[in-house]
Amino acid sequence: MSVLDFDYMLGLVPILLSYLPLTLEMAAAGMVLALALACGLAVIRVLKIPGLNAATMLFISFFRGTPLLVQLFLFYYGLPQLLHFLTQINGITATIMGLTLHFSAYMAESIRAAIVGVDRSQTEAALSIGMTNGQLMRRIVLPQATRVAVPTLMNYFIDMIKATSLAFTLGVTELMGATQKEAAGSFLYFEAFVTVAVIYWIVVELLAWGQRRLEARLNKAYSR
Amino acid sequence: MIQIANLTKRFAGTAVLDGIDLDIEQGEIIVVIGPSGTGKSTLLRCLNFLEHPDAGQLTLGDLQVDVTRASRRDILAARRRTAFVFQNYALFANKTALENIAEGLIIVNRWPKDKAHARAREILERIGLADKADAYPASLSGGQQQRVGIGRAMAAQAEVILFDEPTSSLDPEWVEEVLGLMKQLAAERQTMLVVTHEMGFAQDVADRVVFMEGGRIVEQGPPAQLFQSPQDPRTRDFLRKVLAAQPAPQTL
Ligand SMILES: Nc1ncnc2c1ncn2[C@@H]1O[C@H](COP(=O)(O)OP(=O)(O)O)[C@@H](O)[C@H]1O
Ligand SMILES: [Mg+2]
Repeated sequence: MSVLDFDYMLGLVPILLSYLPLTLEMAAAGMVLALALACGLAVIRVLKIPGLNAATMLFISFFRGTPLLVQLFLFYYGLPQLLHFLTQINGITATIMGLTLHFSAYMAESIRAAIVGVDRSQTEAALSIGMTNGQLMRRIVLPQATRVAVPTLMNYFIDMIKATSLAFTLGVTELMGATQKEAAGSFLYFEAFVTVAVIYWIVVELLAWGQRRLEARLNKAYSR
Repeated sequence: MIQIANLTKRFAGTAVLDGIDLDIEQGEIIVVIGPSGTGKSTLLRCLNFLEHPDAGQLTLGDLQVDVTRASRRDILAARRRTAFVFQNYALFANKTALENIAEGLIIVNRWPKDKAHARAREILERIGLADKADAYPASLSGGQQQRVGIGRAMAAQAEVILFDEPTSSLDPEWVEEVLGLMKQLAAERQTMLVVTHEMGFAQDVADRVVFMEGGRIVEQGPPAQLFQSPQDPRTRDFLRKVLAAQPAPQTL
């Protein structure tokens, strides 16, 4: 008798893979929203917009300073108690919300660093020809900052995919939740969790491979 | 026509510009000289509102501004009437030579892209870089980058181009091509206010040389007069030091 029940594992793969789209969709939605929010937060921090700057620092401090799981529970179980219209919130929405806010805090700081890293004299040159702050951000600073920030942001996306597994604690049957259920039915916990680990691992490695290729391309930019 | 009246700028209480008065005729080429830390860059930067002056009146063509009351709109208008050439070129690293020149036309003047690119090509032709239209700054020599920097300023069609030590960051081999382009502009009677240590350029090209020290204009006049018979002891002292450090212009 072998240590692992390979037949069970092979049979499990297609079942688990059918939950992969939900996992990826939550991560993708979280990523898009977190990026948009992080860009806004980063610009507030860079321009030191009065009032908003302090609020943004507090936001970033909170979402980086507390565990994601605590934040998810706060949104899913805690907030509806205060805001009654949220009683309808489902686990998927709560997860996307949590991922968005949590990761936007980290991403805002990377984006801010990338923006600040763009040579200040280019900002002055843009101002000198009469561009507004918005125009010079959009045309000069953000495109360059993006190139610097993309590799880090890709890392956050990879983290986010792994973090979607926390959604099962909010009752969402995504990749991890499905594994949990299968394992509970078969009592083959070891096989089930090894299988899901390998699936996450392969997905992440594929993305990491894409990231390395992207990085190589970005490094070549602007030198033609 | 440019009029600068009582232009004042303080940093941490210290007057870096201490009531500068200067009028510049259309087509006039003025060279500003003086020891470092004397406020020459600050003067140019205040005209372009890269620094906000504390007091003074500016007339830039049809625009009149009391700097203490300058609105956002005034500042943008002033920037459109003054173009800046930076010591370190400050080209947009994510834009090609052509795009660097066309950017202001497209974004600030709202020209259609085709028209802006056509104009940028004309300018590249004039600055001798037609073959570098698609090159990014990182692949250009210092001299080429600064010529693109000047091309970007030319595109703005400003009342005056402000040059802040345009050749000071260049390797010696590239200085001549940049000065040559500036001479070409001067010959076309482009109004220019140039801060430089290139005394030969001042001698050959300037209509008027302005000597600044301690945030004030100490003395000014045509180059022949200022270089050959400086009136103020500070001017004489400065010229002696500078000319000892670099070969004197032929005509001196
Ligand atoms: N942003 C600034 N903050 C504080 N001090 C400044 C700033 N810019 C210039 N200064 C000071 O103002 C003085 C004049 O500087 P600058 O105009 O650069 O002189 P120059 O171009 O003649 O060498 C210097 O003493 C410099 O240290
Ligand atoms: Mg200077």
